[in-house]
Amino acid sequence: MFSLERWQEVFETISKNKLRTFLTGFSVASGIFILVILLGVSVGFQNGIESQFQNDAENIINVYPGRTALSYEGFNKGRRIQLRNEDYEVVTENSKQEIEFKSPTYQIYAGLISHGNNSGNYRVEGVLPDYQYLEKADIIEGRFINANDNKAKEKYAVIGNRVKKDLFEDESPIGKYVQVSGLNFKVIGVFTDPGGEREETRIYVPINTAQIVFGAGTDIRSMGFTLPKEENYELALKQSNAFAAQMERMLKTKLQIDPKDESALFISNNIENTKEIYVLISAMQIFFWGVGIATLLAGIIGVSNIMLIIVKERTKEIGIRKALGAEPLSIVGMILHESIFVTAISGLFGLIFGLVLLEIVGPYIELDFIKNPSVNFNIAVSTLLLLIAAGAIAGFFPAWRGARIKPIDALRDE
Amino acid sequence: MIEIKNLHKSYKMGKNSLHVLKGINFNVEEGELVSIMGSSGSGKSTLLNILGMLDEADEGSYTLDGVPIKNLNEKLAAQYRNKFLGFIFQSFNLINYKSALDNVALPLYYQGVNRSERMERSMAYLEKVGLAAWAHHKPNELSGGQKQRVAIARALASDPKVLLADELTGALDSKTSYEIMDLIQQINDEGRTILVVTHEEDIAQMSKRIVNLKDGVIIDDRKITQVRAIQNV
Ligand SMILES: Nc1ncnc2c1ncn2[C@@H]1O[C@H](COP(=O)(O)OP(=O)(O)OP(=O)(O)O)[C@@H](O)[C@H]1O
Ligand SMILES: [Mg+2]
Repeated sequence: MFSLERWQEVFETISKNKLRTFLTGFSVASGIFILVILLGVSVGFQNGIESQFQNDAENIINVYPGRTALSYEGFNKGRRIQLRNEDYEVVTENSKQEIEFKSPTYQIYAGLISHGNNSGNYRVEGVLPDYQYLEKADIIEGRFINANDNKAKEKYAVIGNRVKKDLFEDESPIGKYVQVSGLNFKVIGVFTDPGGEREETRIYVPINTAQIVFGAGTDIRSMGFTLPKEENYELALKQSNAFAAQMERMLKTKLQIDPKDESALFISNNIENTKEIYVLISAMQIFFWGVGIATLLAGIIGVSNIMLIIVKERTKEIGIRKALGAEPLSIVGMILHESIFVTAISGLFGLIFGLVLLEIVGPYIELDFIKNPSVNFNIAVSTLLLLIAAGAIAGFFPAWRGARIKPIDALRDE
Repeated sequence: MIEIKNLHKSYKMGKNSLHVLKGINFNVEEGELVSIMGSSGSGKSTLLNILGMLDEADEGSYTLDGVPIKNLNEKLAAQYRNKFLGFIFQSFNLINYKSALDNVALPLYYQGVNRSERMERSMAYLEKVGLAAWAHHKPNELSGGQKQRVAIARALASDPKVLLADELTGALDSKTSYEIMDLIQQINDEGRTILVVTHEEDIAQMSKRIVNLKDGVIIDDRKITQVRAIQNV
């Protein structure tokens, strides 16, 4: 259908009718451009909402120990369960689900912390680097704990903004020391937490350090996990329930707890809280796709109209071609070919222009509800395919009209 | 070459029907140069359009070079037009965004001839009509006579059995008309069959046979002594 000869013919026609080609192309390019920007803004909205609506990572799963309510395998009921590093490792090493962020914790709730003459009681929490994401702690100065700090059992502390204000007032705490249980900890970072001031009254230290300083051995108090984000709420729910159930089974076996015991381990799974966000985001996506498709449709109708006018304007030419031996199918082919070619090329321009704009300007956009608008590769590719289809649809009606032109009518001298 | 028998054609306009051709019978042999005359509205163009397969008769038979022309679908009609016929129109009907050369090459494009051969053959025909130097000019850069020469070259490009010309000199002054007729005569001298519709007596005298139409029937059909156009130029 797309023979080389016809390529030459089509190319000649469009290059010798530049204004016409430009007008058609321009309407397609701007349609696609708008579509890309819309999709980008939709992603931006999604990013914005995600960062607005979450104080803690939305899909966090926490495990706390309790006391047994049932006697089991020779153990009396009422036994206090203690989680240890090895339990954490069992979960992380054997989970069938992919874990995104993970950290055990060991904390004391009212540690006396001081710096110079200032002091206060704050929660001191031993954690791993991932904990920053589990808690959504935003570092405003310095850095969070990293893996080396923990391995080397450094006495480093990352303090909440409230703690910083209490102890350091206006000075920068980075590189200075705070006393925790009589030991000097070097402050390496300050964080804020979207959860509010209460969560900023904490001090994070490497968990290995905390276990030593507080004489905890390998004890941990809880562990937290998040799973990667899923396409939709149903899938996320399924994954997180499967993860929680599997973890419960593994821990109960390891810790010799009756599978029916409901008070020995508490697994809090707040996936249900994320439902609204998922719903909101998908509604948003549907909305933007809807607007985008409507834009594109308007573009297609526009192009189709232009092509119709072009066909009308070319009635005589088509009549001449037919008189000289053009078959109806070749007229259809010629018009469709032109339409698809012009749509695809100019659409590509619009697409690239839109993508480049998003790429350059996107990262600078950080409004309350729009953050880093961007379009991913798949969407760009599907837009491109959509384009070619659009060209075919836009060209079809005019092509059909063209094929029906009777040479005798077209050539009648007026 | 052309045999038509009892050809009828009427146009329907609302409730009325206009009977334009009322039983035309005539034959054209290979190598003839025939002019079809008649007053305005006598059905000359209608006849020529039917011969050109741009329109269909209601009744009667039409055979072209031994091929019966009937029940044509659009596709077949297009193929036959391409293979058998060359058209020359009063208003030239060149494609205005194409150069003279590309216009001439168009029938060959629809014949599936490849580009380089198309260009070569088209150039040869442009040379034949004396316009090789104008090959890359657009129609709007050419005079009426030159445009008609391009149209003639185009009609010849597909090497058709018959040339059909409707008022080919209608838009030209008499001097240019004679030049064009001279070209037509030369082409006819080479053996090509040509039918010319005209209402100008002097043009008709340059053919070899005049067919007179009146009210949809042939009232007169006679061979004449051809006046050579070159003598009038
Ligand atoms: N498509 C059509 N619909 C209706 N009537 C038509 C149509 N084409 C031609 N006619 C009529 O048929 C008659 C013959 O027309 P035709 O064009 O064959 O005349 P002609 O001999 O070529 O005249 P002229 O010398 O003016 O070109 C005229 O009365 C014309 O009005
Ligand atoms: Mg006429």
